[in-house]
Amino acid sequence: MSGIAPAGAARSAVIAVTGLTKDFGAKRVVDHFDINVPRGAIYGFLGPNGSGKTTTIRMLCGLLTPDDGQGTCLGFDIRREAERIKEQVGYMTQKFSLYEDLSIRENLDFVARMYRLDRRRQRVDQALVDLGLADRAKQLAGSLSGGWKQRLALAACLLHAPQLLLLDEPTAGVDPKARRDFWDEIRRLAGQGVTVLVSTHYMDEAVQCDFIAYIAYGKKLVDGPAGEIPRQIGLVTYKVEGADLAGLEAELKPLPGVEQVARFGASLHVSGTDAAALERVVEAHAGDGRRWRTEEAGLEEAFIYLMAGARDNFARDAA
Amino acid sequence: MNREIVLPPVKLAPSPRLSFGRFFAVLAKEFIQMRRDRVTFAMMIGLPILQLMLFGFAINADPRHLPTLIEINDSGPLQRAIVAGMANSTYFDFRGAVHGLAEGEKALREGTANFVVVIPPDFERDVVRGRRPALLVAADASDPTAVGGAAAALQGIVAGAIGQVLSGPLQGLAGGPAPFSVTVHREYNPEGKTSTNIVPGLLAIILSMTMTMITAVAIVKESERGTMEMLIATPVRPVEVMLGKILPYVFVGYVQTVVFLVAARLLFGVPFEGSALAFFLGFNLFILVNLALGFLISTAARNQMQAMQLSVFTILPSILLSGFMFPFAGMPQWAQWLGSGVPATHFLRIVRKVMLKGGGLGDIGGEMGALGIILAVIAVVAMLRYRQTLD
Repeated sequence: MSGIAPAGAARSAVIAVTGLTKDFGAKRVVDHFDINVPRGAIYGFLGPNGSGKTTTIRMLCGLLTPDDGQGTCLGFDIRREAERIKEQVGYMTQKFSLYEDLSIRENLDFVARMYRLDRRRQRVDQALVDLGLADRAKQLAGSLSGGWKQRLALAACLLHAPQLLLLDEPTAGVDPKARRDFWDEIRRLAGQGVTVLVSTHYMDEAVQCDFIAYIAYGKKLVDGPAGEIPRQIGLVTYKVEGADLAGLEAELKPLPGVEQVARFGASLHVSGTDAAALERVVEAHAGDGRRWRTEEAGLEEAFIYLMAGARDNFARDAA
Repeated sequence: MNREIVLPPVKLAPSPRLSFGRFFAVLAKEFIQMRRDRVTFAMMIGLPILQLMLFGFAINADPRHLPTLIEINDSGPLQRAIVAGMANSTYFDFRGAVHGLAEGEKALREGTANFVVVIPPDFERDVVRGRRPALLVAADASDPTAVGGAAAALQGIVAGAIGQVLSGPLQGLAGGPAPFSVTVHREYNPEGKTSTNIVPGLLAIILSMTMTMITAVAIVKESERGTMEMLIATPVRPVEVMLGKILPYVFVGYVQTVVFLVAARLLFGVPFEGSALAFFLGFNLFILVNLALGFLISTAARNQMQAMQLSVFTILPSILLSGFMFPFAGMPQWAQWLGSGVPATHFLRIVRKVMLKGGGLGDIGGEMGALGIILAVIAVVAMLRYRQTLD
């Protein structure tokens, strides 16, 4: 596979872009976005709806032309060589985008023809067997359930053995079992050297990623290996266990230094970026009979923090 | 998992600029979808026949057997010939005689008769003497369409009757103008049958309607359902998608036209007098214009409903301003200008010229030129808009 990458392309970076910008009318949807995606990584795009995740993905695979910025995807220039990028990228859209009025086999066959694959029939047959849909090949795609549609869409994306998978909220509306299976498949592909860029707003999916970029209102707020994200944000967390956590939650929320109070099972996670202010709050509650202990902030706290703060961050940036 | 073992790895070669295989795949896909969409498929084949029946049989701008009363104040071979001629024309159904103007007017007012024909005293003698007597026809003009054709035909009928009866030295009189002001030439449709005129025109309307609408809807459907995003993420080129999507509807246009021509011949006895080549070229150009128009609409419409509405919006001028419903020359100047921009106007003329008047390629040059200009304008605007909508 490595022989396909043209000479001169950075071996480690499958996607390397800087300053990517896109305006829709007067609205700036993506604002000077930089990213470096290493080969074989699972890179998560997180952010609220409308934050520019889909637009960014579309620019990366040549569906949209950026208004500003440059870079390469699979070693090809994203502005001038969109056609070459499309040949080697598997793009799974947010909405099911195969033909509902074509059968499962017809859909796969159509996609295979779009990529001009050799041994088309065998490849489609194989994909049907892998999917476990060989005996339902004649069924219309529109009659499949959400989970099956998603598996079919992924199979269609993989027909041409792409080196890079762009998945735009692939598990929206899919049940937990199917989601787990889906992620097993993604992990397996990444193990084979396929690079995966996936957008999501599910926390349990974000923790599966090797790298994470958090985007809000077109701007990248945080970017790095998943384990470093909480440190990057500088979040301090205290874990509280004891009686009447609901009452405590209401009591803590308005206090200075407390930026986030989240319930995790039988404990309350109290977080903030101002360690000194948070410590004062903890000291004031020291004798209330509950167990307080400091803990390294996890990805979960970090995501809740990012999701909740997206608007504020953006307002601060804009001011 | 064993995919890698069973099959050789996918070879990634730079894709050619244009691929027949991809174009053909889009084409085949479009046909499968067309076949599965039963309602649309039925509409494409059923619509021409249905419209033909409706317009051909139901709409009759030249009604016959209109109730007529007659007041005869003179008798002789000429009067009898006129009355017989009128009855034979099938326009007039003689229901009886009236005596005096008041009786005739009452019948008209009550609607029991559409016409009252009064043959004045000494009519024959005055004709012979060259005095050009007036043959009075009182007509109920509250419905102009109902009586227009009959009134117009009257002059010819009377002239014919006079020609039959008058012979020898009186023959010179037969050619004289009758005292009627309406003159209509029915050179290509001597019987004045509406269907002969309306049926060929209907082809222009049916093609406008289905070609434009189906093309617009088919393209918009692709973006509305989100499948366009999948399509353009593959190496397929826009021109392969467009040709692949549009050509099936050219085929539909061919089928519609064949169905139409056969039905027009069998049901209405509409002749096909002229050059098949001229018809073929004109009809292909017209289909192209409509596909381009459908394509243009698809760049403006966000969903199938909008595409449908915009298509209907373009169809009304085709019906009203093209000369299909109302005579083109009878419209005010500004309406004629508007009508000249409507593709159906020119195709209508091509069809009438070729089918009814026996026209050939040389006769339709002007119309072909006009259609060419309209096509160029629509195509340029559509391409400009298409580029915008890609981003």
